[in-house]
Amino acid sequence: MAQVVRNPDVHDVVIIGSGAGGGTVTKVLADLGINVLLLEAGPMSSAADFKEHMAPYDVPHRGVGERAEAYFPPAQGRGGGAGIAYGADFGGRTIEGEPYTTAPGNQFAWFRSRVLGGRTLHYGRITLRFADYDFKPKTRDGLGFDWPITYNDIKPYYEKAERFIGCTGAPEGIASAPDGIFQPPAPLRVHDVLTQKACAKLGIRAINGRQAVITRPTNGRPPCHYCGQCGRGCRTASNYASSYVQILPAMQTGRVQVLANSMARELITDASGKVTAVSYIDKNTGTEKQVRCRTVVLSASACESARLLLNSKGNGHPNGLANSSGMVGKYLTDTVGFSMSATIPALVGMPIYNSDGYSNHLYVPWWLWDKHKDLNFARGYHIEVGGGYGMPGIGSFNGTVNRVEGYGLSMKQAIRENYGISVNLAGRGEMIPNEDSYCEIDPDTKDKYGIPVLRFHWKWSDHELNQVRHMQQTFKAILETMGGTVPAINTQAPVPISTGGAIIHEVGSVRMGDSPQTSVLNKFCQAHDVKNVFVADGGPFVSNADKNPTHTIIALAWRTAEYLAEEMRKGNV
Amino acid sequence: MSDLTRRDILQRVAMAIAAAATFDKLDAQEIHHMVEMQTPSGGTYTPGSLSAHEYRTVERLADLIIPVENGKPGALEAGAPAWIDMLAGVNAQLKDVYVKGVAWLDTAMTSRGATDFVSATSAQQTAMLDQIAFRRNGEQTPDLQPGIQFFNWVRRMTVDGFYTSRIGMRDIYQGNTALAQFTVPAASLEYALKKSGL
Repeated sequence: MAQVVRNPDVHDVVIIGSGAGGGTVTKVLADLGINVLLLEAGPMSSAADFKEHMAPYDVPHRGVGERAEAYFPPAQGRGGGAGIAYGADFGGRTIEGEPYTTAPGNQFAWFRSRVLGGRTLHYGRITLRFADYDFKPKTRDGLGFDWPITYNDIKPYYEKAERFIGCTGAPEGIASAPDGIFQPPAPLRVHDVLTQKACAKLGIRAINGRQAVITRPTNGRPPCHYCGQCGRGCRTASNYASSYVQILPAMQTGRVQVLANSMARELITDASGKVTAVSYIDKNTGTEKQVRCRTVVLSASACESARLLLNSKGNGHPNGLANSSGMVGKYLTDTVGFSMSATIPALVGMPIYNSDGYSNHLYVPWWLWDKHKDLNFARGYHIEVGGGYGMPGIGSFNGTVNRVEGYGLSMKQAIRENYGISVNLAGRGEMIPNEDSYCEIDPDTKDKYGIPVLRFHWKWSDHELNQVRHMQQTFKAILETMGGTVPAINTQAPVPISTGGAIIHEVGSVRMGDSPQTSVLNKFCQAHDVKNVFVADGGPFVSNADKNPTHTIIALAWRTAEYLAEEMRKGNV
Repeated sequence: MSDLTRRDILQRVAMAIAAAATFDKLDAQEIHHMVEMQTPSGGTYTPGSLSAHEYRTVERLADLIIPVENGKPGALEAGAPAWIDMLAGVNAQLKDVYVKGVAWLDTAMTSRGATDFVSATSAQQTAMLDQIAFRRNGEQTPDLQPGIQFFNWVRRMTVDGFYTSRIGMRDIYQGNTALAQFTVPAASLEYALKKSGL
């Protein structure tokens, strides 16, 4: 076996992963004067890597692919076939040489981004505080588990995040959607206004979107220029990504060192069980190296952090580090997803305008939060609204052309009239943690670095399935109120619920709690078993409220970083 | 509108190629060549993949599919035929579609008293398109099927080529720009509100 390269320097804090959690911890600790070493499994990223403002005509093939491959979808199971990808994904559900597996009969889709900034480079920027009741779900309905913290514990950190990062919105005083510190939102687009009015007729309140997008200069970042391409990264840093909002600026302090292309494989412990080093693969050379540390923060994503703990089987912890409770990997949840679209006749022939804006101008918070006793599912969902005139690309008008056929000016007029007339409603609901949804180490499969991979188990309960049935009826009613035509819902067909993991809100696999017997982390996201191990990603979540997780990941990470700094100052870690 | 330089484009092409792991990397010269071909060159374009006759046929079809409209440029001015020829040059299956499709079309035109499609009269050409531009005609006349399938390809790619060009995109899409303020025109909002009755 090749020799492991050990660097003798002892770092105060080694942070593993550079997404929302790792980026926040990096920024907070650097601001507090603490030196950190940040390991990222992917490359560095910069604005030059983003395809923002790139149009199809900026490449010769216009997006159909270098070999026109998008016109010829590959046979089942073959790779390729894709045209150009504009998104700042830097990864996806398939990563060469880094598989994951699912238990027989189970489905799970795991999206990973290997890059500085992780999935914050391309996410939807939806920024929602949990409601106070979201922290005590078991107390409310007897299901799932309560968090060891309250809304008031995390509220100051939501505020810090909103002040520093910026968030659009308007105060509404809605119990299921607590107000934050908001920057002025952009006006609602036409399809947003129609949706809002249709919702109002049905007794549903729709409000300004809450997005990690700045509409005023903020901490040296210029405001949004409304190109609508948040998913491609942002060259002006006018939305949030951990790389350009937190990590790259923090590196200017001189207190942050980044090791890119460094894939953590194991935490090394001493006889007392404390972590003394992180073993990682240097992808540049393919060699295994170690960095020594006083403390370690896992922010590799909920499932990667669980994997790292489970793969760390040293002195006296054969089932993985910080896992005396057996809870690492358990109670994994994702968001319930379902979408419905319709074309809206009132939009046909409307004077076309630049509707790019930013990702979501309208948000429909859960409106029946106090009516669950009348419903056959326990937890709520919110609605995200899509529509408007997107940038034309390969295949944009296939639907219209196939419908109207013909040729010439009549076909061109049909394309013009049918452009941008669809409205899409996406339901995003809370899943209750269950014992059948979890990840574990697959004993038979390793990735190309020799690191054992995760195997996923997944099951939706009737609460989630019934929630999707409710979404179907609700979305049909909203779209029909707008004048759209929606086919009858076939209630005998299987419920069209998303695949586990598909919404990319997987959380809960390294959960926090008051009891070391039933949780991995304490209320500061510090491991019960190992005092110098902290987790700052979606892993610590005890429930997966219908609010998109990023804002809460940032707030929790901020709180954890401050706690870690204070514990270091006191000499406790 | 776009601040892209030629170098940016080359960089991005290189990135796109790196991402397409199933295909061999093109060399820099080939990329250069493809970027050159990106420039719409009006009547001076020399096809690199299709024969001169096939290319003229594609030009005529593209002109019929998206013609000039009140002085606004159509698919020809947007360079759609050149783009189709370029793609036929990198995908043999696609080239086959066009070679066989043009041959079918020419043969079909001879039974209508023309020597081929491109030299037929306008009236003969549109009479043919009125047959092959609709799926339902293939149900009644199965002999038209190859022509319908071919026209579907040309129409789809002409539409794609037009609306993904600078010229064509401007016909409908007003975005991909930088605004100091985001506003919604009152005329659009009032139109939709009035029409929806909401």
